[in-house]
Amino acid sequence: MLKSTRSKEFAIESLLLAVSAVTVVILILISLFLFGEGAALFKDIPFLDFLTGKNWYPTSEPPIFGLLPLLLGTLLVTAGAIIIAVPLGIASAVFISEIAPPKVAEILKPIIEILAGVPSVVYGFFGLVVLIPRLQQLLDLPTGQTALAGSIMLGIMALPTIISISEDAISAVPDFLKEGSLALGATRWQTIYRVTVPAALSGISAAVMLGMGRAIGETMTVMMVTGNAAVIPGFPGGIFAPVKTMTATIALEMGEVPQGSEHYHALFAIGAVLFIITLLINLIAEAVKRKYRFKVGS
Amino acid sequence: MVTDTFAEGIETEITVMELNLWYGAKQALKDISVDIPKNSITAFIGPSGCGKSTFLRCFNRMNDLIKSCRVEGDVLVGEDNIYESNVDVVELRKRVGMVFQKPNPFPMSIYENIAYGPRIHGEKNKEKLNSIVEETLKAAALWDEVSDQLDSPALDLSGGQQQRLCIARTLAVKPEIILLDEPCSALDPISTSKIEDLLMELKKDYTIVIVTHNMQQAARVSDYTAYFLLGELTEFGETRQIFEMPREKSTEDYITGRFG
Repeated sequence: MLKSTRSKEFAIESLLLAVSAVTVVILILISLFLFGEGAALFKDIPFLDFLTGKNWYPTSEPPIFGLLPLLLGTLLVTAGAIIIAVPLGIASAVFISEIAPPKVAEILKPIIEILAGVPSVVYGFFGLVVLIPRLQQLLDLPTGQTALAGSIMLGIMALPTIISISEDAISAVPDFLKEGSLALGATRWQTIYRVTVPAALSGISAAVMLGMGRAIGETMTVMMVTGNAAVIPGFPGGIFAPVKTMTATIALEMGEVPQGSEHYHALFAIGAVLFIITLLINLIAEAVKRKYRFKVGS
Repeated sequence: MVTDTFAEGIETEITVMELNLWYGAKQALKDISVDIPKNSITAFIGPSGCGKSTFLRCFNRMNDLIKSCRVEGDVLVGEDNIYESNVDVVELRKRVGMVFQKPNPFPMSIYENIAYGPRIHGEKNKEKLNSIVEETLKAAALWDEVSDQLDSPALDLSGGQQQRLCIARTLAVKPEIILLDEPCSALDPISTSKIEDLLMELKKDYTIVIVTHNMQQAARVSDYTAYFLLGELTEFGETRQIFEMPREKSTEDYITGRFG
């Protein structure tokens, strides 16, 4: 009896271990594949030329694979998204956790979760049909398909991540800290912006990093609204011009390239760079989050 | 309920008249009337759940934060009835400071913790803030221990130091009254005695009300003691009288450790 229980335990534990090992193995295989296929490009083109090349002409003769316009396109769209999403996201999180009556918060929270569940192609469609014509009209632009349109859409898409993680961080600030502030004669608002939000700041930073990770990796929506012109965006006018992001480039061009060609390897190299960027962002977010957990515990 | 009038020449700082308090339908404080004398230490004692902390929180209206809480009756701080509708709670809490059971310094530097109160009340002058920080840390007997690390995080201090920092933080807004809600329950005996010495020193300039579970502490530091049971003020008087000749049987049972 005892023996059979024990062997059953062992079987279940082994099964669970095997399942979690599969995830790790898949990750390793994907990385190997991605970096292997990407590295093949650098037999013909020096790595630095790829990274700092100012032109992306994959179909010209000879083709030129310069990452810079795509990298800057991604960074521009993402930065814009963060500028839009961070103030909105933090304000909403503060409202939900500190100001809204419990009933209102109970309604708002699931709605924000639903916002996270809308498929990105639907966001893209909305941007294409609703946002872009209005942007074009309002700002009197030759086309509404701009980095700005991408930033606005990605900002909206990053909001649920930023709101729900910031809200967790703000709610985790213990009541005794807020009471300490109120007991000194601080108003509720002074308590929020001088004690509660600063105390939650590392959690909020983690939320922003994760929102940023989401924005950088987003493909479908940006492809549909940013116009996909692989030119280095000017400053500051570039925000009102079409750009092409790294993700959109891979998605748009992968279907056209012969397997094993230079262009094919170049797209994988882009993927590898993207992978490294998002990995770094996630690592930073994790580190920041861990630091904040220790701080609140004391 | 019996309230003795104090010896002649002793001024009253807080006057409570027929105070009743409910949490929802449950009555937590019943018909309490008491006069708390100025420049003295008054201890609130009684078994857990007797309402002493709730009563303490009536004096700076911290109970306002609890939605289901309803208060009837009058509390006069000095001349002002603090439960009148036109009372500015911010102003009140400036006059009536509070130190909590668990030390709760803000996650900021020692300096910023003290400067916080004056800053929110509009003090911007750097030199003035510097002198407030020094004065209050000295008054809280903490200056010698932290004067060379004012910019380090307050959370790096020991529990006892944190609690004295919280007292200093309270002093920084220049209150008239200091409420302490079991301020030593999380501290070791040495830190506790430091805080008790500090309270004896502070009563020269402030009126102090302290909730404590520690009978010895009440006997050591307080001039007046109020004994609460089941939401009622059972007995109030000079500490020596309460401890040596309690009028009520239940007071005697509690302070001699027969229950509680």
